[in-house]
Amino acid sequence: MIELILVGIFIISTVIGYFLIKNVPSLLYTPLMSGMNALSGITLIGALVALSISYQDSPTISIIAAGLAVIVATINVVGGFGVTNRMLKMFRKQDKTDE
Amino acid sequence: MNNFLILSIINETAYYIISGILTLCVMFGIFLMSKVEKAKIGNAISAFAVLIAVIVSLVMYDILPIWVIYVCLAIGGAIGLFLAYKVKMIEMPQLIALLNGFGGLASLIVGGYAYFGVGVVESYFSDITALIAVIIGSVTFIGSLVAAGKLHRVIPQKPITLKNHQLYLILFVSIILIFLVLSPFSLVNKTIIFLIILLTSMLFGLVFTIRIGGADMPIAISLLNSLSGVAGAITGLAILDVLLVSIGGIVGASGLLLTQIMCKAMNRSLFDILLGKSLVSNVKQETNEKLDSQKLDNQEEVTNRDVLDIVKETKSLIIVPGYGMAIAQAQHLLKQVGDYFVKSGATVKYAIHPVAGRMPGHMNVLLAEANVDYDDLYEMDDLNDEFASVDLTIVVGANDVLNPAARKAEGTPIYGMPILNVDKSKEIFIFNYDLKPGYSGVDNPLYSRKNGVHLFLGSAQDTLKEFLEEIK
Repeated sequence: MIELILVGIFIISTVIGYFLIKNVPSLLYTPLMSGMNALSGITLIGALVALSISYQDSPTISIIAAGLAVIVATINVVGGFGVTNRMLKMFRKQDKTDE
Repeated sequence: MNNFLILSIINETAYYIISGILTLCVMFGIFLMSKVEKAKIGNAISAFAVLIAVIVSLVMYDILPIWVIYVCLAIGGAIGLFLAYKVKMIEMPQLIALLNGFGGLASLIVGGYAYFGVGVVESYFSDITALIAVIIGSVTFIGSLVAAGKLHRVIPQKPITLKNHQLYLILFVSIILIFLVLSPFSLVNKTIIFLIILLTSMLFGLVFTIRIGGADMPIAISLLNSLSGVAGAITGLAILDVLLVSIGGIVGASGLLLTQIMCKAMNRSLFDILLGKSLVSNVKQETNEKLDSQKLDNQEEVTNRDVLDIVKETKSLIIVPGYGMAIAQAQHLLKQVGDYFVKSGATVKYAIHPVAGRMPGHMNVLLAEANVDYDDLYEMDDLNDEFASVDLTIVVGANDVLNPAARKAEGTPIYGMPILNVDKSKEIFIFNYDLKPGYSGVDNPLYSRKNGVHLFLGSAQDTLKEFLEEIK
């Protein structure tokens, strides 16, 4: 049952996401994409759970793999949001920018 | 191991409610990105939502005391921040491709754990979805690394085509599908299935992306971006985590939409690119003569005027920047040129072709970095009618996106691609490196137009500098 609900949620969020993103001006496509990129790192949550489980009673290799997953997912999230923020800061109006 | 899933401090219903709220926060954040002024707040809201999601998960699974987690988070966070603040704007596409790849790798690993029953209630559903997460994660991972390598010129940008390229891809897909279908019937050992699927998916990602050339990168990156979201969502299905599913879905949709937009802007069908039909074709020069005879219908009267006179009399100007400008790092000089005209009382607008640069919106970021006011950046469709009425158009490092051959030269790779109507302008200054055809390999008839076209050949760094000195 829960599986079906999740598939439904997947479809709904895809449709809503599609319409939300349609409104983003082409001016901001690059930051949009890096922001979306950061969001795809949400797998981090799954990686955290995998790491904590393997930490309890699994062989080292398993801990390393899960640790790697947490690290790369965090790079994805932090790097993505960081670079998005950096880019968006550059989009300014002329009168404010004379530094 | 499964009893680990029995949620400790927060119960399941609460988790669903929190996930719902966080998803709405993310959606609101994206909604704010539709306005430039609000976009930064939108990004912050999305980032905050992810942070909360991480904290909630740590609390919910009662894994707060596990110190390894914080070590990994700290390492990842430090590398992420380093990348985010060190990257040059022109390198943005490869950074995003790289980050994309990391997202894919994470999904692949988590999918792998789920397949072997870590963190899931095992069922056919979880098995299949976990394998699909592994497949999409692997393709995204390797594909993104190849794309990043190409963009960073570690791997040659030219499309690499193997003998029987198509056959390999079909073979890989078949193997993946067969083992995916086989997996529920415990005919084959789970580990073997996993390894075969992992390897084949990675090979598919590799063979698939090495065939994509530099100019098709905006499409490839968008597509990989979409895949990374889908990988996350499918991973969510496998481990039954609603937040992964909803947010992965949004990312998937976003990437797909951008892919569509890029395809339209290049007049290419996604299908062609998936099948690896290259942009470079052999149909080249035959159509140009036809164009030559038609090109100057209403321009015969114009005599070639002095550059300085034109500059003096220009009251309205459109600037067309291309990737060549970015390679020459000439955006700051270009901004100075624009400012010169603004000071002398002219209106200055920048026309941005949707595929200018190496990823969607790349050119806007490069110009924003040079402090060009974003209100002065216009989409192609907003300006295309104005080219005919402006006094002057300045082209810097752009070729294919304004090649009039796209309108008439049937059979050439760019035929039908929407272009900037630069050729409608009375006076055009072109600052390009040389007169060679652009990436598409189609000659630009504009170069041979006799009246009203002034060519400044060489690196835009030099030519723009000289031009600035001359007009001052």
